[in-house]
Amino acid sequence: MSKTNKNKKEKKEKKIINFKAFKGSIDGYKKDSILTSSFVIIEVLMEVLIPLYMAQLIDFGFSAGSMSVIWKIGLYLVLMSLVALVSGILNGIFAARASSGVAKNIRKKMYNNIQEFSFENLDSFSTSSLITRLTTDITSIQNSYQMLIRMAVRAPLTLIFSFLMAYRLNAELSLVFIYVIPLMILIIFILVKFAMPLFRLMYKTFDKLNKVVQENLRGIRVVKAYVREDFETDKFKSASSEVQKVSWKAGKIMAFASPLIEILIYGCVLAISWIGAKLVISSNLTTGSLATMITYTMQILISFLMLTMTFVMIVMARPSMERVSEVLSCDSKIKNKNKAIKEITSGDIEFKDVSFKYKEDSDNYSLKHVNLKIPSGATVGILGETGSSKTTLVQLIPRLYEATDGEVLVGGHNVKDYDLTVLRDSVSMVLQKNVLFSGTLNENLRWGNSKATQEEIIHCCALAQADDFIQEMEKGYETFIQQDGMNVSGGQKQRICIARALLKNPKILILDDSTSAVDTATEARLRESFKNDIANVTKLIISQRISSVKDADMIIVLSDGKIDGVGSHEELIVSNKIYQEINKSQIRNGEDDKGKR
Amino acid sequence: MAEDKYSKYIKTSSNGEMNIGKGPGRGRHNMGSVSLKNLDMKTFGRLLAYYKPYIALVILMVICTIVSAAAIVYGATYLQVLIDDFIVPLAKVKNPDFSGLLNLMLKMAAIFSLGIATGFVVNLLAPYTSQKIMETVRNDTFSHMQHLPIKFFDTHSHGDLMSRYTNDINTLRQMLDQSLPQLVSSAITILSILVAMLRLSWVLTLVVLSCVFVLVKIIKAISVRSAKYYKQMQKDIGILNGYSEELINGQKVVKVFCHETVCKEEFDEINENLFNSSTKANRLGNIMMPLMKNIGNLQYVLVAIVGGALAINTGMGITIGIIVTFLQLTKNFNRPISQISQQLNFVINAVSASTRVFEIQDQKVETDEGYVTLVKLDKNGKETDVNTGSWAWKYPHQDGEVNLIPLQGKIEFNSVDFSYIEGKKVLQDVSLYAETSQHLAFVGSTGAGKTTITNLINRFYDIEDGKIRYDGININKIKKSDLRHSLGMVLQDTNLFEGTVMENIRYGKLNANDQEVKDAAILANANSFIERLPDGFNTFLTENGSCLSQGQKQLISIARAAIANPPVMVLDEATSSIDTRTEKIVQSGMNSLMKGRTVFIIAHRLSTVRDSDVIMVLENGRIIERGSHNHLLELGGEYAKLYNGVDVLK
Repeated sequence: MSKTNKNKKEKKEKKIINFKAFKGSIDGYKKDSILTSSFVIIEVLMEVLIPLYMAQLIDFGFSAGSMSVIWKIGLYLVLMSLVALVSGILNGIFAARASSGVAKNIRKKMYNNIQEFSFENLDSFSTSSLITRLTTDITSIQNSYQMLIRMAVRAPLTLIFSFLMAYRLNAELSLVFIYVIPLMILIIFILVKFAMPLFRLMYKTFDKLNKVVQENLRGIRVVKAYVREDFETDKFKSASSEVQKVSWKAGKIMAFASPLIEILIYGCVLAISWIGAKLVISSNLTTGSLATMITYTMQILISFLMLTMTFVMIVMARPSMERVSEVLSCDSKIKNKNKAIKEITSGDIEFKDVSFKYKEDSDNYSLKHVNLKIPSGATVGILGETGSSKTTLVQLIPRLYEATDGEVLVGGHNVKDYDLTVLRDSVSMVLQKNVLFSGTLNENLRWGNSKATQEEIIHCCALAQADDFIQEMEKGYETFIQQDGMNVSGGQKQRICIARALLKNPKILILDDSTSAVDTATEARLRESFKNDIANVTKLIISQRISSVKDADMIIVLSDGKIDGVGSHEELIVSNKIYQEINKSQIRNGEDDKGKR
Repeated sequence: MAEDKYSKYIKTSSNGEMNIGKGPGRGRHNMGSVSLKNLDMKTFGRLLAYYKPYIALVILMVICTIVSAAAIVYGATYLQVLIDDFIVPLAKVKNPDFSGLLNLMLKMAAIFSLGIATGFVVNLLAPYTSQKIMETVRNDTFSHMQHLPIKFFDTHSHGDLMSRYTNDINTLRQMLDQSLPQLVSSAITILSILVAMLRLSWVLTLVVLSCVFVLVKIIKAISVRSAKYYKQMQKDIGILNGYSEELINGQKVVKVFCHETVCKEEFDEINENLFNSSTKANRLGNIMMPLMKNIGNLQYVLVAIVGGALAINTGMGITIGIIVTFLQLTKNFNRPISQISQQLNFVINAVSASTRVFEIQDQKVETDEGYVTLVKLDKNGKETDVNTGSWAWKYPHQDGEVNLIPLQGKIEFNSVDFSYIEGKKVLQDVSLYAETSQHLAFVGSTGAGKTTITNLINRFYDIEDGKIRYDGININKIKKSDLRHSLGMVLQDTNLFEGTVMENIRYGKLNANDQEVKDAAILANANSFIERLPDGFNTFLTENGSCLSQGQKQLISIARAAIANPPVMVLDEATSSIDTRTEKIVQSGMNSLMKGRTVFIIAHRLSTVRDSDVIMVLENGRIIERGSHNHLLELGGEYAKLYNGVDVLK
């Protein structure tokens, strides 16, 4: 099993980058990018010319003993250095703007696309992976873009110009490079070939190590309860030593890199000195040219190294590109129609032979041929065991997912025909996994209606049984809520979320197990206020407690994606087996209980 | 202004330090100003102490670094000899004798080889020692962390702790692997070049040094400004990180509330801020290199002009060879200087990263002053090594007498007070008594202190006042590991570990054989679903058993508790995240687990606690009612209200 997992992962690594997805990323920063590269070219030209004039300075200045030549050529050299300096600074400035700009564009594009994601899209990415893509991956693209417009221009140009200059100075000497460069390529190739798999392995061992830490942080209570501290430490140590071994193996190979390259560089210098010295002695080369040749040698070999490094860095950014392009090219299927309906007239809901599956290629239907009719203003309870697709059913109503087959109608129209904003504002849903955001209570509640007055907010909170505890807080409605409502209790959070949903003033209200942490007494009050104060809103309540749905006009029992029974409590308690079972497991002396009421 | 608006999204860790992600340019020389004042010498010393076992290797490395740097610099001066002693005189001879030249070449080849070979040794030893040290640091940290009290894990964000193992230790590696060796080698290179230059010409050396002075001034000036922008950029990244983490986490809520446009606008603003600071910070980082390089070029030209003038106009003995060599040395001089500034930054960063790592190591471990141990008993009530299934507490008294008290599972709380944060009492004057095999249930709203009680029995936390006794022994006198061995726990959050189902169940008893594991699974009612898994008991579970349903995970954790076979069990909301039908299966597993044991049950659903011998109703850390189900209903107090929730309205 673990092996097949690994295979899957490796296959995943080789994805095709959808370059089209990056279209428009350099918009607004084209000029900066071109200027960067242009100034890089000027800088490189100067850098290649400087040694050439240096040779003349030596030959016609020092050797000839002419101070005027020294001043003249010296002045040229100073000017050239200054031009190089200015172009260097300018290309740095433009590059910073261009690369930050490209990063900004991609980030914006990506975030905007995430906003268009359907629930289906959201399910396929974890939050942390989206954030990594939005930050680390885009940063890595930013760095390699900068590399591309600077280094990837500089290195090959320096290589070519230096070689041309060297060739002009002395064709015979420059032939040395023809032997050296292929050797260098060979060395790099061999090193990369041996080291790459090890580096990949190294990342895997790191993953394993991190997993142990993560498991222990999360499960520390289990670890301590079973007194497994030392057992876990041993686990960690063996993962840790694995990391050390693999890193050292990779390090050993990389340790060969610099001496091998140095051998080539110094070998080259010696060869050029030896041949060059002979040429100078036989008057076929000037002393200055020899010194310049050595300078060019260094320049050529170093820029060659730089070129490969740039290449490797850009290649290393490839996985980031892949990950980002995956998000960019992910397209939501749920979109507004051309002539979308802008108004919802009633809270009727109808399911016409609706089937649904989460994955297109799967045969596993989560909903199977569901037919339902819910009149406006009804209170509907939905019961069923985990995995019976209760949540799936209600999520089709605000079109968070799209029915695979059949039709879902709200107010007599297919939900696909409505404008999405209109639909979702009218069908207010309190999610099972709900969140609050950093900000004051008022700010959070106004998500439901940005223009809500304080009275409206208080009214909705009172309906949701949240007003009491909010008023008790020191700062009341201006209380700052920490991320994900960490400073309120679970039950309070659920009630705030319900109030937020009520503020939309919806036609249909859906509570997806949204009162699980609310105590029974408060929940009863909540039900009462629903009944009295928002009587004409259609209310769908998913719950695991019989008591939460007992009074509903209609209770739907789901089992394995199919409707197992529909009716009132009194009807189902007689006719539906699943309902009876659930009832029995919750209140065993249900008869007594009923009698008491 | 906009900054204030969004700064709430920056997450601060417990020590008030900004917890910010990796940003562009991290680890490059735009990181900040080089100031050794920022270097925490104590931590640095502590880091260096890790080199102790490798002292011989370190000495070897330093020697090799010196030889290597000196050899390469010495090699660069050979041009002077080549030109002045060979090329110039030989060019004047008709039939030049090349044997001397050949000798020089061979000598140079030998010197270069020496430099390369010693460099290779350093290249090999540096990663070796640093990897070894990393391993030690990691292991020390982790094994220490394992023995920290639960409180530590409560008060530190897991993401933050995680990043100490990843980001911080990685920064550390960079320093040990590269920065320290490079600092040494740069220093030696500068020294060697200086010596070589002085030997050739002191006037030209002065020219070079004055240029270097200017260069260093410029580096400093840029670094200071860049540090400012860099900080701003890191802050903006922090905001972007925090914002997207929070909002993407709630993306489904965003969709449900049609909040997309607002989010886009807010993100745009944050993104624009980051663009501005990132441009500024990177700009300074980017111009550093060309600046240094071209100042190097100017320096080069200056040396040439001054050298030329000196050679022609004065008799200072400056030859062409000297000038050419000097030019070469000049070129090599600036690189180590900029490297030193860059590597010092790494060191400073690594030291502050290691402060965060050492912070874990400096936490106080759980105290365990217990001396009463758990031992096995044979039929005659004597201590034995054989697994007999009966246990006893071994209580050594001060007078040397040793008592064996049979393990029964009696728990007693005697007016216990407890608070997580000083001054905020969570439990007040709690007294309770559980006889062997009795089932105690705790009921009450969230935050009433139910879980806290169970966390005190196994000493996850230590009580403030009062006493807890286990079989009549104060639990503070019992060795923690033995105390916990005698208690089983099934929690609401099932934590499974990566590994097979078999391994996960065996976690409760490491030396259990396969049959014992299967028996435990049968007892827990987990057997049937496990056998339907693709590989049965050998099914590999990843990521906290993500391929299993909540109920299935809970069944495995019950089996895990069952195999440990402890006399006392704690079931903390074990079934609350399971639907009622699955709960029935889980419940039957739990019922068999509960048989013959003292059990503490915490449950949300009153249906699960009805059958307990005693039900305690907690409110604000106090027990307000206690008794059997029927008794409490008759009493008509809080429990009755909770149970008949509907009636409250009347």
